[in-house]
Amino acid sequence: MTCGEVIANYWLRALGHGLRALPTSDFTLCQQFTLIASGLVWNIYFGAIALLAGFFLASALALGKASPRLWLRKPSEWFIFVFRGSPLFIQFFFAYFLFLNIKGSYPEMGVLTSAGVGAAIVLFLNTAAYTGEIFYGALQSIPRGDIEAADAYGLSGWARFRRVIWPTMLRLAWPAYTNEAIFLFHATTLVFFSGFPVVQQSGDALYYARYFADKTFNPFIPYPILALYFILLTLGIIGLFGLVNRRLNRHLPQDRRARLRFRPQVIR
Amino acid sequence: MFAMCTDPDSLTQLDWMLCYLTTGKHMGLYYAFGTVLLLLALTAPAALLLGFGGAMAARSHFPPLSWLGKAYMAVVRGVPDIAFFLFFVIALDQLFELVRHKVKCPDWDTEIWQGSDFVVCPAAKLPLATSPQWVHDTYSFLIAVLTFAIVFGAFAGNVLYGAMRAVPRGQVETAEAYGMTRGQAFRRVIVPQMWVYALPGLSNLWMVLIKSTPLLFLLGLQDIVYWARELGSTQTPRFTAYPHGDWRMWYFLFLLVFYLAFTKLSEVVLGRLMLRLTRGQATLGGETQRKAAA
Amino acid sequence: MKKLILTTAALALMGTFAAAQDVVRMGTEGAYPPYNFINDAGAVDGFEIELGNELCARAGLTCEWVVNDWDSIIPNLVSGNYDTIIAGMSITDERDEVIDFTQNYLQPQPSAYVGLTDDAALIEGTVAAQVSTIHAGAVAASGATLLEFSTPDETIAAVRGGEADAVFADKDYLVPLVEASGGELTFIGEDVMLGGGVGMGVRESDTALKDTMNAAITSMKEDGSLNALIVKWFGEEAPLF
Repeated sequence: MTCGEVIANYWLRALGHGLRALPTSDFTLCQQFTLIASGLVWNIYFGAIALLAGFFLASALALGKASPRLWLRKPSEWFIFVFRGSPLFIQFFFAYFLFLNIKGSYPEMGVLTSAGVGAAIVLFLNTAAYTGEIFYGALQSIPRGDIEAADAYGLSGWARFRRVIWPTMLRLAWPAYTNEAIFLFHATTLVFFSGFPVVQQSGDALYYARYFADKTFNPFIPYPILALYFILLTLGIIGLFGLVNRRLNRHLPQDRRARLRFRPQVIR
Repeated sequence: MFAMCTDPDSLTQLDWMLCYLTTGKHMGLYYAFGTVLLLLALTAPAALLLGFGGAMAARSHFPPLSWLGKAYMAVVRGVPDIAFFLFFVIALDQLFELVRHKVKCPDWDTEIWQGSDFVVCPAAKLPLATSPQWVHDTYSFLIAVLTFAIVFGAFAGNVLYGAMRAVPRGQVETAEAYGMTRGQAFRRVIVPQMWVYALPGLSNLWMVLIKSTPLLFLLGLQDIVYWARELGSTQTPRFTAYPHGDWRMWYFLFLLVFYLAFTKLSEVVLGRLMLRLTRGQATLGGETQRKAAA
Repeated sequence: MKKLILTTAALALMGTFAAAQDVVRMGTEGAYPPYNFINDAGAVDGFEIELGNELCARAGLTCEWVVNDWDSIIPNLVSGNYDTIIAGMSITDERDEVIDFTQNYLQPQPSAYVGLTDDAALIEGTVAAQVSTIHAGAVAASGATLLEFSTPDETIAAVRGGEADAVFADKDYLVPLVEASGGELTFIGEDVMLGGGVGMGVRESDTALKDTMNAAITSMKEDGSLNALIVKWFGEEAPLF
């Protein structure tokens, strides 16, 4: 097989398309680059979906934790504590166990035990907890002047939240949120590593890297390829979040923008 | 452990449980808690040191050194820790042996890489093949500490680099006005003040470090998650005096409680430390403390 | 001249290496009864531990056991962190390219399917196997849908929970589980033969150790003590030498 054929056969392998049999002998660099890249689809899918859905739950959790009402504050605090205080490893274990039991009682919910749905839910809850804590920290450090100014303009309730508090919270939380996004994408490698089963050898980038490391007995080629892909992915995330950051801070004078870069509040 | 444990089949539930939880295999689990705590205790200062070095290098006015510091932080932070652990330990071990080989056996004339084999002279082996088992155990433990420190040092470096820049410009200008050199200003003004800015980031790093210990088994150590899996899995009567079904859930529940408790404890201690560091600082928190005291 | 003498000395050292090296480190997985496992006392135990200790005694070597994760068991051998792999490892061509094997100390071992009912259609459905084993490879090459788990326990749990129709693994691993399940689990269909027997893995450059171990295995085969060990751990029906 030439390299072009390898790419044509395997670039969608992680989604179950293309040649069904993985290479079993005469391994080439081309095969390793192609298959590990195809697995990256899963990492991006898990990361993107958890990040998008987690963003909204995180906003709610941050407001809940900052709320003066006990029945809103306590559940938010506990949710954040449990998901931030335990290894993702153990969360996957319990989630898979729970999903199996749900499937036993309600077979129509069987889709939960597949990685595509089940693991995405766990990652969603996990990142919502971490992001919720970041947003809560940002909420606490909104300058009083901003809120006083909003009051002076006669804004209150929902309007004040939407037009002043929420944008300021995002602006302050953004650098830490960028870090959280990077960590989330890294954490997606745990899904198939320990947690959810791999169906028909359609796994993530780490699954294929392990496959090659196991077949060639040489960890020094597939894992550095995987590392390279993840460095590129990380750079992509930093670039994308940087664009949003610039938009969030566009009203500030140039020198204050630079200062706002550093907020070591929360990283994972 | 207890005399009655010689015949587990005859025991009642409570005694059976007591004997079961004190088998040698369970001692491995309890021992592993010590290993994990010791690893955390050693990794934290080592990572801080590496991070400090990385941040210093990144601040350097000598471009290659600055690039090196920045590249270290950017590259290591960009790679998932699992991927790093899966090949880095072997690479690190080979690097050490290679250096020792060059020093100790300069006249060795066979190839070091023979096919896929990595063969150095016996005197360069780390540890020596003749060393007792505890030396091997200690060595793999220290390699694991070093690997963890390299990964978390990159994150710590990033936090410290930011903290050094967060020290208010006016403080450094004042130091310059007093005639301090750049090095003096760094040592006497920036380093003592940067901790209050670095602590939130470092606290979080500590929390992440605690939760990454389940990856220790990839580094050749038998950590608590390894033992929980091993002990919790289905045990058939042929190979144990204490057969049971799939009990992994209970062991993982125990680990969950351990991690949550450890996180809570860390939060309390770090909270106090933050309070202590904020004292007398020109920040909002420091100001609040001053007013409260007055 | 000095250089020449030193080189000769080094060569002499190498020649006597196998004899002088009195500690051999044996790598095993410790999670695969009856081949190797951790017993109640927390020590490694099993067929291969007893075999390895006997081989070392016959060869006049001191052996130390090292437990290593299955995934990195070969990379750590070639990197020199231990000297042999004795972990139920089937002799396959792809492994043989990277490491050397001694002669086999077990005949090719049967693999088998286990499910909740003895229905041959099940092995065409969803089959669970441990990731990176020859079983996973065999299922992937068959018509069944492969479900890979990271540990063997999870494959069994998947069958019990209905996630998979059957599990495919070494029969020796499955027999005690089927026995202990009280009729819940059952074998499906005929046994399948995979691999070329189980041998001890050594570095390709370590021919001295390989020869020593080969001689010890031969002596155990000749006096029948190997067969006795196989019967003790695998039962009367296990194929003997």
